[in-house]
Formats: sequence, structure tokens, C-alpha cells
Amino acid sequence: MGPWLERNGLYRALYSLLDGLLPAPLGWLAYALTGFIIMLLLVNGVLLGAALLVYMERRLLGRFQSRLGPNRVGPFGLLQPFADILKLLLKEDVVPRGADVLLFTAAPVAMAAPLFLLTAVIPFGQNAYLADLNIGVLYILAVTALSTLAIFLGGWATGNKYALFGAMRAVAQLISYEVPLVLSLVGIVLLAGSMSLVEVVEAQRLPFLLLQPLGFFVFFAATSAELNRTPFDLLEAESEIVAGYHVEYTGMRFGLFQLAEFGGVVVSSAVMATLFLRGWENPFVPQGWPQVLPSHLWFGLKTIFFIFLFIWVRATWPRLRIDQVMGFAWKVLLPLALLNLLLTGVEVWLWPRPTTAQLWGMVVVNWAVALACLVAFSALMERWGRRPTASVVPVRLPAEVR
Amino acid sequence: MQGEPVILNLGPQHPSTHGVFRLRVLLDGEVVQDVEPVFGYLHRGTEKLAEERAYVQVVTLTDRLDYVSAMTNNQAYVLAVEKLAGIRPPERGMYLRVMAAELSRLASHLVATGFFLQDLGAFATPLMYCFRERERVLDLMEMLCGARITFSYMRPGGVVQDAPEDFWPALRRFLTEMPHYLDELERLLAENEVILARTKGVGVLPAAVAINASVSGPVLRASGVRWDIRKVDPYEVYDRFEFDIPVGVNGDCYDRMMVRLWEMRQSLRILEQAAQQIPGGPVRAPLPFFLRPPPGEAYAHVEAPKGELGFYLVSDGGIAPYRCKIRSPSFINLTPLREMVRGWKLADLIVIFGSIDINMGEVDR
Repeated sequence: MGPWLERNGLYRALYSLLDGLLPAPLGWLAYALTGFIIMLLLVNGVLLGAALLVYMERRLLGRFQSRLGPNRVGPFGLLQPFADILKLLLKEDVVPRGADVLLFTAAPVAMAAPLFLLTAVIPFGQNAYLADLNIGVLYILAVTALSTLAIFLGGWATGNKYALFGAMRAVAQLISYEVPLVLSLVGIVLLAGSMSLVEVVEAQRLPFLLLQPLGFFVFFAATSAELNRTPFDLLEAESEIVAGYHVEYTGMRFGLFQLAEFGGVVVSSAVMATLFLRGWENPFVPQGWPQVLPSHLWFGLKTIFFIFLFIWVRATWPRLRIDQVMGFAWKVLLPLALLNLLLTGVEVWLWPRPTTAQLWGMVVVNWAVALACLVAFSALMERWGRRPTASVVPVRLPAEVR
Repeated sequence: MQGEPVILNLGPQHPSTHGVFRLRVLLDGEVVQDVEPVFGYLHRGTEKLAEERAYVQVVTLTDRLDYVSAMTNNQAYVLAVEKLAGIRPPERGMYLRVMAAELSRLASHLVATGFFLQDLGAFATPLMYCFRERERVLDLMEMLCGARITFSYMRPGGVVQDAPEDFWPALRRFLTEMPHYLDELERLLAENEVILARTKGVGVLPAAVAINASVSGPVLRASGVRWDIRKVDPYEVYDRFEFDIPVGVNGDCYDRMMVRLWEMRQSLRILEQAAQQIPGGPVRAPLPFFLRPPPGEAYAHVEAPKGELGFYLVSDGGIAPYRCKIRSPSFINLTPLREMVRGWKLADLIVIFGSIDINMGEVDR
């Protein structure tokens, strides 16, 4: 066992258990099996989390919309997602005639895979994680970017115009939002002095939500766009391009896209809980004191808080138009992220080792700047945002299609 | 690299074509270059069917035109028959018809607003709010005639039956509670930043174009034209009520949405006055089942929720209309669609189309 595993309590416990069971020459097997067991835990955790999120989202949306939501299958309708998955598994798997079969089949897998890769670096409890990469934040950003490719593949390989529109929107939107997404996290890296998620959690004497309000706003908005949640759900805008890039997908292929989408919400919320709300740490009882609730539970509660934020936004807002979405990324989020970076950089330069009082000073300054920015930007949007943007070009339908 | 425009078939099966409407769209990227509507997927030959039915029986056909507000269809048709045969219905019958029509307007505008927001991409929340209130309207309708969608409540010479005793307290409760719901809806919609960004200045219909295209109803009034059949050619007892005609300023999608919201308040005002003024007496003039109007022709129009709905009837003295022509507002309001959507994005096309508020039952007849 390498020194980098020394701090991983979960890994050590499992390893010593297996090592005791297996004969000595098979020590390498215990080493590998431990990894596999944690992977199994994580993958199934994400799957179950996604299924429960579907249930939670539908029930909550029901409450938001003054109706009941699914309540027939099982107690309180809890088994609804499993019934849905069973239905998807039994459905016929159609590949449209014009489709590029190989890419069409590969796209759902490529969409779902990054989701599981992401979970590797998230510390989901005290001393419990699969790997503590020293470039954890960078790894997360890199892996999330993979889904752009999958969406474009799926949309293009389908050979359907709606899917193509979804794919083109995906490329434009997702790549634009990568930029503020990356920049919004640099402030955290500066404050924590490390890219490892485990160390980011430990570095949070105050939650980074307090220290990085602008960073959180930008990250939340950009993540909503990356996960194509309302108001940025243009990739699959139901009222416009029917279902966008996955319009022709049926059965479990469609299920994989849905899984990636809902699982993405779960994993992104977990990342947010880690980066902005001190991950698994108990917010009320400091470390070293007797803990009533295990750290995993705190991690889960914080994740559910962010999931609720996503659902709340979805129930409230209509969709933006593609030019407004792009404008929001480049004209609002990017300047805000850069400003946040500048502010954090100056603060870290002034106070390399901040005391608690200095930290609270940073909180006050950062929140003041964040609120001022939001007010200023909304005033600017008020002034310039609502200009009609129609550009009439006199082209008519060609005669042969009339 | 060279780009070329794409032709996209929106519909007939599409989530936001409000039925089986088809739009052939020429797109340059996301920008709409040209649009050609294709109708007829819901054509049922209502006008021809009317020629083979007795005058009373045609009422059931009119229910199926604009099935979101069947009462106003009934009303337009029975007014045409009464004009043709020279019948004057009793006062109480006329009051009941007006009240039913205004309730219908409420239901239709709620549906229009809800689906407009659905087209904007608001995931069902405003839609469910609107449908919750529409349920209450439908409950009242059910008290009146036993049906919730296809009412067939009106007859030449009045209405089929008087309102039951428990209708009046229910109506009173509805009238006291509904303004709060409308306030709630306005709070939710009127100042929402995303709605403003998506609808302000989008799909502007200038008043001159609207008049030239013979547009009517909220779409016309949103363009700033004060034209409401209830005021300019009062039918039934509308001249006895005090109400305003809300008009828009810019003629954009936002104004069309707001005009509908304001009109609902005016409908409540009319309902309130009608409930106070309604006299006693019979609700239906005694007429033979097989009505034989003298040979001639008549045109009657009403302000339906979607615009001017007119019936043109020709009688040859027989028991069925010789010819029945329907002027349906949904169909004619689609005339300026091309001018409104050209140059806008695909997402705006859906929103502009939704703001016109058409009903395929009426477009295809």
C-alpha cells in the first residue's frame, strides 16, 4: 500500500480485512479488490441516487405545481423510478434508418461514462474516497467536458434535423459555459492552496459558499447549463426541437441519456457540496467532538440541498433563447468569474495565512462585491437586454418544396 | 465551407403546435427565413355536415369547433339562427348565455396563457396553475348543463335549461376567489425577467398589418386597436354592462399575453353585473323542434375568446341550413404569421405562434 493511501480510512479498513482473509501471495489481489469494492459502491450509489432523484424531482415538481406527482407504485410511489427503468429495459431498441449505427450506439455510453468517472475523486465521508488525485478539480472539469462530445455524437449520428439542431446548440452552449465554469473554480483553488478535493474540504475553515459568493453563482449557473437544466435546457427544448439530441433514442439507450442527465445533477450537487459547503464535515459540531450523525449523512444532506436548488429553478423559470444563453455566458458569467478571480487573488496576496477575523473580512467584502455586481448586471440587462433582435432576410421557400 | 438553409417540418405531431398543425420552416441556422403553414389534418367537414342536420342539431357540431370555449361557438350559431328566423329569446335566457360565454372566455384565456408559458419552456408550473382555475370554470359549466367540454347548452330561442339553485352560490364564491388567483398569476408572469426577455418586442404585429390581415380578438387589441364586437356591435345584453376593452401598445407577444390577463378581469366584472341584473322568467322561447326559417340569409358574429367568430347561414325554407359558413378567428388570425416570424429564431417562432392562441378544431373545421 502506497503512502498516498495512508489517509484513506475506508480503503485501509477494507484492505486490511481482505488482506487477512487472503493467503499472503495474493496480497496484490486484496489491493485490487478493495478498489473494485469501492467502485461498486460508488457506481451503485450514483445509480440509486439518480433513481431517487427522479422520484424526488417528480414529487417536488408535483408539489410546486399543485398536483400529486407519482404515488401509485409502492409506498408513496417510491418504486416509480424502478418501474420506469423496467419499462425502458423492455422497450424495443430502435435504430433509425438514416443513422450512423456505430456512433448512434456509442453515444449513450459515452454520455453516461464520465458520470461514474467523476465520482472517483469526491470524498463522500470522512477519509472515504476512491482516489485522492492532487489535480482533483482539474480532473472534474476535464471529465465533465466529455459529455459535450457524447451529445454531439448522438445528435449528429441520429440523422434527424431536430437532433442536429440539438447537437449544434450543445456544441455552442456547452463549450461556451466551460470557460466560466473553469474560471469560477480558480478562486477556490487559490484559497485552498490545493486542487485535491480532500484538501479543499479540509481547507474550508469557513464554507467557500461564504467566501466565494460570485464563484458559486457562476459555478451554479454554468453547471445548470452544462447539465442542460432550465433555463438553459435548449439542447432538448421540448417545445421547440421536441427532444433535441436524443429525439430518436428509445428503450435503455434513452434511459442512459436520462441517467446521465439525472446522475449528472446528483454528482454535480455532490461536487458543489464538496467545494462550497465543506463536504462531509458537520456544520454544527466541529471536528474532534463526539459526532451524532456519520459524516456520510452530512454529505448526503448537503448534496440534497443543492439538488433541491436545481429542482426549484426548474419549476420556476421559462427557457432562454440561444442568443440570450450565449450572451449570458460571455457577457455576464465570464466577467463575473474574472472579477471573482481578481478579488480572490488580491485577498490571498494580502493575507496569505488569514486569521478568522480576516476570513470574515473577506466574506463581507466578497458578498458586497457580489451583490453590487448582480445589481449592476441586472440594470445593464434591463437597458440592453430587451432590444428586439429580429433580422429579416428576404428568402422564400424554394418552389419545389412549396 | 458553404452553408445552406434547412427545411424543417414542424408538426403535424409536435409538442407545441397545439394540435395537428404543420409548419414548413426554412431555417438558416436558427433563424427563420420563411414559413408555410399546412392545414387540414383535423378537417371534419363541419360546414357540410351542418347542411344535413336540423337547426337544433347543428349546435352539437359547433361544440367541436373551438373545443376550449364551446359556449361562444354555441352562442354565435344560435344568434345566427335567431336572426334568420326572427326569434327573440327571453331575457333570462340571454343573460344565461352571456354568463356562459364569459365563463368560457375565462377558461379559454387560462388555457391560452398556460400553454403560451409552456411554449416559452416553463416546465408546466404556470400551465398547472391555469388549469387548476379552469377546473373551477368547468365545474360551473357542469352545473349549468352537465358537460365539461362539449356543452351544447344553447338552443335557438334561449338555453336548454335554467341554472340550478346551487349554481348561484357557487358562482358567487368563484367571483370572490378568482381575482386573487388572477393576482397570483400576474405576480408570477408579469415581471418575470426571463418572460420579459423572451416576449418583449418579439413578434411585433403593427396595427396596420393586423387590420389588413383581418385579425381580430386579443391579437388585434394587443396591437393597439380598440375593436371588440361586444362594444362595436353589442349582441344579446352586452350593452347593459359596464366593462373596458384592454388594449396593448406594442403588439408584441408580451402584450398579447397581458391583454388576455386583463380581459379575464373584465369578464369577471361582466359576470358580476350579470349575476345581479338577471331577471326571472322562462329561459327558452317555445319553438318547434323542426324549425323552418323563411328563405333568406343571416350573418351573426360574437366576440369569441380568440376573436370574431361569425356564422353565415342561408335558408331555403327547409328544416336544415342550405349553407353554413363559419368565419373562425383562429384561422384568420394565422394570416400575418409569416410577417411576424420571419427573421426571428426557431424558439421565437414557437413563442409567436403560441401567442396567437389558435385552436386546430377551429382552424380546420
